Amino acid sequence: MCFQVSAALRDGHVTPTELCQRCLSLIKSTKFLNAYITVAEESALKQAEESEERYRRGQPLGVLDGIPIAVKDNFNTAGIETTCASNMLKGYISPYNATVVQKLLDQGAVLLGKTNLDEFAMGSGSTDGVFGPVRNPWSYSRQYKEKSVPKSHSEDEESNWVITGGSSGGSAAAVSSFTCFAALGSDTGGSTRNPAAHCGVVGLKPTYGLISRHGLIPLVNSMDVPGILTRCVDDAAVVLGSLAGHDPKDSTTIQDNFKPFELPNLTDVSKLSIGIPKEYHAPGLSSEILALWSKAADLFKNAGAKVIEVSLPHTRYSIVCYHVLCTAEVASNMARFDGLEYGHRSDMNKSTESMYAATRREGFNDVVRGRILSGNYFLLKQNYENYFVKAQKVRRLIANDFVKVFGSGVDILLTPTTLSDAAPYTEFIKEDNRTRSAQDDILTQAANMAGLPAINVPTALSERGLPVGLQFIGRSFQEKQLLTVAKWFEKQVKFPMIQLEEVKRHDHGVFQHQKSASFS
Amino acid sequence: MRALRLWRGLRARPVPPVRALRSAVPPRPGPQQVTAEVLGQLEHLALVDFRDAEGVERLQKAIRFADQLREVNTDGVEPMDSVLEDRCLYLREDDVTEGNCTRELLKNAREKVEEYFVAPPGNIPLPKLEDQETFLQGS
Repeated sequence: MCFQVSAALRDGHVTPTELCQRCLSLIKSTKFLNAYITVAEESALKQAEESEERYRRGQPLGVLDGIPIAVKDNFNTAGIETTCASNMLKGYISPYNATVVQKLLDQGAVLLGKTNLDEFAMGSGSTDGVFGPVRNPWSYSRQYKEKSVPKSHSEDEESNWVITGGSSGGSAAAVSSFTCFAALGSDTGGSTRNPAAHCGVVGLKPTYGLISRHGLIPLVNSMDVPGILTRCVDDAAVVLGSLAGHDPKDSTTIQDNFKPFELPNLTDVSKLSIGIPKEYHAPGLSSEILALWSKAADLFKNAGAKVIEVSLPHTRYSIVCYHVLCTAEVASNMARFDGLEYGHRSDMNKSTESMYAATRREGFNDVVRGRILSGNYFLLKQNYENYFVKAQKVRRLIANDFVKVFGSGVDILLTPTTLSDAAPYTEFIKEDNRTRSAQDDILTQAANMAGLPAINVPTALSERGLPVGLQFIGRSFQEKQLLTVAKWFEKQVKFPMIQLEEVKRHDHGVFQHQKSASFS
Repeated sequence: MRALRLWRGLRARPVPPVRALRSAVPPRPGPQQVTAEVLGQLEHLALVDFRDAEGVERLQKAIRFADQLREVNTDGVEPMDSVLEDRCLYLREDDVTEGNCTRELLKNAREKVEEYFVAPPGNIPLPKLEDQETFLQGS
């Protein structure tokens, strides 16, 4: 049973300014989550007032009018600081809005602020940004606290908190803690789906080329996509509807006409063919998630769908391939940061080169610098064939694996999203960023490699009381089919609502009786 | 209440113990260490320094990790640049439709004069690793 915020706004049960104020207030109470880098209070309230005026006149711009949203801090937002959680862009105020941000604003959405991430979206924990790590709201949920082993009195709740996953951790935490109704993330190797799984929200990675990347500060041009985080699949479809489509400012968006769609309520899955890729039973997959995955497969089978095991033989090389291609493209994309036109500039001024070098030393953290250097290594003349071109060839093999499987009649692939539930922060930081990314991206980034759409649907709580999600991967540009199946699955599993003290206090009937907030 | 039945395919494989601290695909030992010359070359190309031995070790590990690609047979396989390779890139008409935002763009630059970005003198190569300390200290 979804509470429809949009309908409530239309009927006047709640006004956009009330909604905005409650979200802003909740953001303040959940400041300890560190989900937001910048909260644009003034402009948000102004947007809310304008929205209210439109509702008064009975002329809302659409379903998203007045809906509070948050945007990951690697999207350019005019007049609002865009930092990418890096010293390199601290204080940078963009002169333009990213296309996706502009589209949301044109629909009347209220931009609450910019969310925290790993520096330049490099990481799988949202722990490596200069503004500090993001805390998973579920760390403070009744469900997690009840399952926590009582520790010695020297350790308290403070040290027990778990990570959000990354790199769009801030966005996932913001949606999960009810401070906004939808958030934008980015997905290059799983950066939207990974935190979505850990925070118990829906995380959609659209097909590469469907949504404009203009204004999204690029990491890997051939794999980046804007990601959508919401509390239910219907909402994701609505946001997708307002964002998808050709953008003349991004020549990598396809020119096909995109028609926004409403998701049908699927009742008969007997014509569906679900593929279970056996290679996704990866080393390190927790027995809990394995069991959940199996249970989900049974769910489809018992409902009449055809469920078959399939093989994507090059899966185990996809992480290596990604590592090479990602660092190579990063080396190229990070070259623009030299302090001359925008961003941090070092005081060193002996020569242009030394200024660039000092600026980049001061502006980038170890993770970013490490990837730039690795990338440059793989692009050296003597290494180009053996590493970069080789990785591009392996990429084709990986993409072809999917083509073969989908060509054999499989409609959707069902896989786990993460290897386990969210790790405690103190555990997570014991390994370095690259190792963690290599471990955590293994289930998600093949979809980026092949450009396919994929979605995380929160499925159940783990034994520790933390969310676990499952991933559906679909055919290129078949988001409607993917989301329809995801919605059916979501209805079957009935994922529980987070029980957070702060949310209850701000309830006032807006969030009440919600399992998930739908504004469709 | 549905009975929990492990999907046939998944049950058949033994689950290896969780080794949380290792990469899912363990790195193999590399052929050789990266030479100091190459390290210097990389720092010059990237204009980013390794900072310390840990940075160099990180590169070595990254290379060893990437070496696993050698195991894959890619004979006759064309490299893939983009997943949209079968489509034509959109080209718009060569008409000027926007611009005239010099002031906004200059706002973000720290050093500028009129409509110019100001840079320190060019054509001065970054000194080699050994000389860098003194060079940078002398500023």
